[in-house]
Order: sequence, then structure tokens, then C-alpha cells
Amino acid sequence: MKARSWLLWAAIVLLSVLPLCLTSTPPGADLFGGSDDRARQAIGTIAPHYRPWFAPVFEPASSEIASLLFALQAAIGAGVIGYWLGLSVARERARKHDASERDRRAD
Amino acid sequence: MHIMEGFLPPAHALGWAAVSVPFLAWGLRSMGHSLQAHPERRMLLGVAAAFAFLLSALKLPSVTGSCSHPTGVGLGALLFGPAAMVPVGFVVLLFQALLLAHGGLTTLGANVFSMAIVGPFVSYGVFRAAATLGAHRSLAVFLAACLGDLATYVTTSAQLALAFPDAVGGFETSFLKFAGIFALTQVPIAISEGLLTVLVVNAMARFNAHELRALPVMALRPREGA
Repeated sequence: MKARSWLLWAAIVLLSVLPLCLTSTPPGADLFGGSDDRARQAIGTIAPHYRPWFAPVFEPASSEIASLLFALQAAIGAGVIGYWLGLSVARERARKHDASERDRRAD
Repeated sequence: MHIMEGFLPPAHALGWAAVSVPFLAWGLRSMGHSLQAHPERRMLLGVAAAFAFLLSALKLPSVTGSCSHPTGVGLGALLFGPAAMVPVGFVVLLFQALLLAHGGLTTLGANVFSMAIVGPFVSYGVFRAAATLGAHRSLAVFLAACLGDLATYVTTSAQLALAFPDAVGGFETSFLKFAGIFALTQVPIAISEGLLTVLVVNAMARFNAHELRALPVMALRPREGA
């Protein structure tokens, strides 16, 4: 990979890790909960009488199960991307190999 | 970014669903046409969908002390046009609503509108604008993916503010409150998504030049020396 790609990766990692170090606990809120939950709390203060009128049809039995399913979702995505990358690298290599074979025969 | 199950009043839930359905139909048609004309792009469409699947599963910490996830729909919008990403985003959101209790069926229409419609269309528009202004490819791709991601969360904030206007300040106060939760959290995450999308587009330009030769994103000149 080129130097610039490494730089981009480093920036992505920094952007994800720095918030963990820089953020201090806001009063009365759990640190690094989902922003969805914060929104629910905000709805609670704006419209205290609002009651959700529909419940999720299926809820993961625990946060462990939820993280399992999120990991599964990520794995499916990463699997397809990995397949494409592997195939692409192999294809490029084969193309280069063919080209050098042709050159050799032409000599 | 997902509005939770049951957290939009029925009228809003129905309204957003009604807005999203035509886009979904358009997206399916556009995807079909694109694959019929260019069957060799099937794998890249799969990669774009996989990118959305992967990124929307990653909840990243942000400076506001809460977590949120990128959307990953910008990449596909640049490659296949914004409409093609509507069905992809729909599938991702449906998966999360049914299996993860993340988002919901009643809020699916609103969430599809923000993540699968506004996001891709803003990405595509930003990309076209940047290309017209003569930006090189990496910059155009970065801005498109980053701003598309942010636009999704601004939309979510507006949707919630419409449903729950503040008793005193109305829509505006409410919008600022929700934007403080969603959009602000999203800023570093959107930047990450922009950078990641640049990496993937660069890889595609290297490996899939043949399949992508006719796409506008490949017509832009890459950065000098890159």
C-alpha cells in the first residue's frame, strides 16, 4: 500500500480512538451509550407524555446477543469485501504474469 | 441515526413511508437497468452493498461521549447513482429493525428516507458539484461521502423535531436539541466514513478500471502523484 493509504488508515483509527481519551463523563449520562438512547431521553423531556405505540417484534435477549448480531452483520459485509479484494489482487497478479510470459516468448 | 420503534406518531410514520416507497420502486428499477446494461458490475454493486452493511454495523465512539455509526451508502451512490442505494439501505435497515431492535418497522419509512434517500442523493449532488468545480477524485469522493453521512443525521434530527416540537421554542429549539445529539456526534464519524470511502474508491480504480471505465467517478483525474 502506498504511504498515502497508510496515512488515511491512521487518520481513521485516530478519529475513532481519540474521542475515547478526550471525553469526560457528562453528568447524569452513561458514557458512550448510543445516540439513539440520548434521543429517546430528549423525547422524554420534550414530550413527557409520549408513549411508543409499537414494540420491536424481536429483541435480542441480551446485549451480548445484540453484539453477536451486529458482529454478524459486519462479518457479512467484510466477507464480501475481502472476497472482492482477494480476487482483485489475484487477478492483477495473473495479468502481470501473463504479460511477462508473453514478453518472454516474444524474445 | 435510527429513530426507535414506536417513536414516531402514526401520522408521521405513515407519511415518511409514503414518501419513501416511490424512491424504493425507482431504486429497484434503476438497479435492474444498470445491471442489465453492465452485468460485469454485479460484483461491485455487491461490494457497495457490503460496505453499507459493514459500516452501519460499526458503532464508533465520538467526541460527544456517545456512539453512532456511519452509513456507508455514499460509496454506492457515487458508483451506481443515488437511486440504486435506496434498496440497499432499505435491506440494511430492515435487517436491523427485525433482528437487532435497532430502528423499527413503524419508523422504517423515516429511517429509509434519511439514510437511504437523503444520504445517497446528497452524496451524489456534492460529488457532481465538486467534480464541476474541478476537484480531484479523492477530494470529491471524500466530501461526497462525508457530507452525505452528515446529511442523514441532520435529516433524522429534523424528522424528530417535526414529530416532537418543543412546547416553547417549537421546531427550531427541538431541532437544535436533536441535532446536538445526532449531527454533532456524527462529525468525526462522517470524516472517517469519507476517508474510508476514498480508500475503497482508490482500490476500485486500481483493480476494476475496466468495469468502471464509463462511470463518472472514474472520469475525474486522480490526485497528482497518487
